[in-house]
Amino acid sequence: MTDSTSLTFKSTSTNPRFEAAYSWSKQIFKTLTLPAVGIAVFLVLWSASSMNIKTSLGQFPGPVAVAQQFGTLYDEHMESREKEQKFYERLEKRNAAKLAKDPNYQAKQRKYTGKETFVDQIGTSLITVMSGFLLAAAIAIPLGIWMGLSTTLNAALNPIVQLFKPVSPLAWLPLVTMVVSAMYVSDDPWVAKSFLNSMLTVTLCSLWPMVINTAQGVSTIDDDLVNVSKVLRLSPLTHVRKIVLPASIPMIFTGMRLSLGVAWMVLIAAEMLAQNPGLGKFVWDEFQNGSSQSLARIMAAVVVIGFIGFLLDKGMQKLQAWVSWDK
Amino acid sequence: MSAFLDISHIDMTFPTPKGEFTALKDVNLQIKKGEFISLIGHSGCGKSTVLNVVAGLHQATSGGVILNKKEVKQPGPERAVVFQNHSLLPWLSAYQNVELAVKQVFGNSKSKAETKEWIEHNLKLVHMDHAMDKRPDEISGGMKQRVGIARALAMEPEVLLMDEPFGALDALTRAHMQDSLMEIQNELNNTVIMITHDVDEAVLLSDKIVMMTNGPAATVGEILEVNLPRPRNRLALAEDSEYNRLRSAVLTFLYEKQRKVEVIPTAAKTEAKNSEDDSAAASA
Ligand SMILES: Nc1ncnc2c1ncn2[C@@H]1O[C@H](COP(=O)(O)OP(=O)(O)OP(=O)(O)O)[C@@H](O)[C@H]1O
Ligand SMILES: [Mg+2]
Repeated sequence: MTDSTSLTFKSTSTNPRFEAAYSWSKQIFKTLTLPAVGIAVFLVLWSASSMNIKTSLGQFPGPVAVAQQFGTLYDEHMESREKEQKFYERLEKRNAAKLAKDPNYQAKQRKYTGKETFVDQIGTSLITVMSGFLLAAAIAIPLGIWMGLSTTLNAALNPIVQLFKPVSPLAWLPLVTMVVSAMYVSDDPWVAKSFLNSMLTVTLCSLWPMVINTAQGVSTIDDDLVNVSKVLRLSPLTHVRKIVLPASIPMIFTGMRLSLGVAWMVLIAAEMLAQNPGLGKFVWDEFQNGSSQSLARIMAAVVVIGFIGFLLDKGMQKLQAWVSWDK
Repeated sequence: MSAFLDISHIDMTFPTPKGEFTALKDVNLQIKKGEFISLIGHSGCGKSTVLNVVAGLHQATSGGVILNKKEVKQPGPERAVVFQNHSLLPWLSAYQNVELAVKQVFGNSKSKAETKEWIEHNLKLVHMDHAMDKRPDEISGGMKQRVGIARALAMEPEVLLMDEPFGALDALTRAHMQDSLMEIQNELNNTVIMITHDVDEAVLLSDKIVMMTNGPAATVGEILEVNLPRPRNRLALAEDSEYNRLRSAVLTFLYEKQRKVEVIPTAAKTEAKNSEDDSAAASA
């Protein structure tokens, strides 16, 4: 179909209006039609092959089953929210009633302890990944800048960075868990230990791409720009602020994008392994649960994980376009 | 009597993987206040090295530079540099590039309004006031070079150092820039050291032309005084006998006394030598 339209457009391409329309239709074809075809083919292949896969939990879910699960997951979430609201209403009523009888009554503030829903888990994972990533950035970017400026520091730290960079999150996790439970003792914890474990594991894994890229960006700044700074006798701080930072923004962002991708992958794995709240735990729980719906629910989680990863990268790209000068 | 700028018996050796390389040997030059000096010589002879030593970006192996009775030990805004490839900060507009220098040099001694006025004044000097808010990637090579000059001038330097400021420009833009520079020089009477490859440019602009011998161990070969009256006009000078005498003196120095094997590969031998020279120049 598209072929025949493009042919008619081509034959009249001497007319500028048609030319514009032709290039516009080509654009649409590339940005909308082709991806749609790709997705359609994927869905067909998926549903065809899923019919031939039988597991102990029943048939492997096809696209339709997964789509249905999205609905179910959402309903479950709304239901849980409703329950929660009712719970608090009841609590309040009871407290009010008791307070009316006895003015000295200390109102009880209990918390609702329902099971986290899928949507709650998404929220938890997002907060965890952003916290871990931001902490990593707060350490990695200044450290990277320092390493890029000082060949001495770079020589001293480079082996350590290279050594830790390829370490899998699964190796960090037990260490982080043990250290956190030993060090983070508080009667009234500010954040949950499980959150801290996931977050620190994310931080440890997403530090390195940012350190490496920032250091490289800083150390490869054009000599001429450095000479300008020297002639102007900029103070070290002004030099970093006015020359080094803007000059290495592109590389810093490359590192940040790499790191955020790593962070998201690491988090899901860490949540699964440690059964810390989040999407990873959701997947693990469904796997343990082993109901006939489990595989479809896991598949739904997989799609969401992928989509969030994609959105995180897009967001980072937008941020990069917004702050950087080399567009 | 001591000169305003005294480049005193400078030697410069660079450590290289193949051992020490002596780029400069006993470069000695005295410059008066307000003088316009051209440095001319074949590629790779060491002109940039001399300039960098005066700028303080390189430290001479022996000898030294004395400016206004003070020894030059590090770079500073009183010796502003116009770099060969403009070296504007690509993320700042023309105005902001000059502003960075002005704020750094004058700090709090100028009010906000004065600062703005001074930046705009300097951009006007180089005829760039119409494109102040454009970033370097939005303006032509000649315009970038002009902003670079405005930035240097705005620092009110004691010495203005220019490394082939017009080297990358086409002939027309170049002529225009030379005229602008003469105008500015007439007005401000800066002390200038300018590196050039262009004989006409050297004669047109300078009070003295310093001709350097070929490296390694390059040094000052001859110094030619240019006593042509100012303001100078390139068209009128084309017929001038003194101008032509000076011009041929420089050409004689470059192409007879300091003759370099030219890039015409007549034999395998010359070719080998040339590629050697090229790689030496490229490594600079
Ligand atoms: N950092 C350095 N290390 C080693 N050798 C150097 C260094 N800088 C310059 N040289 C050498 O010193 C010599 C002079 O270099 P310089 O850049 O001063 O030449 P130039 O006269 O400015 O040349 P051009 O006209 O091509 O710019 C060259 O042979 C170059 O290879
Ligand atoms: Mg040079």
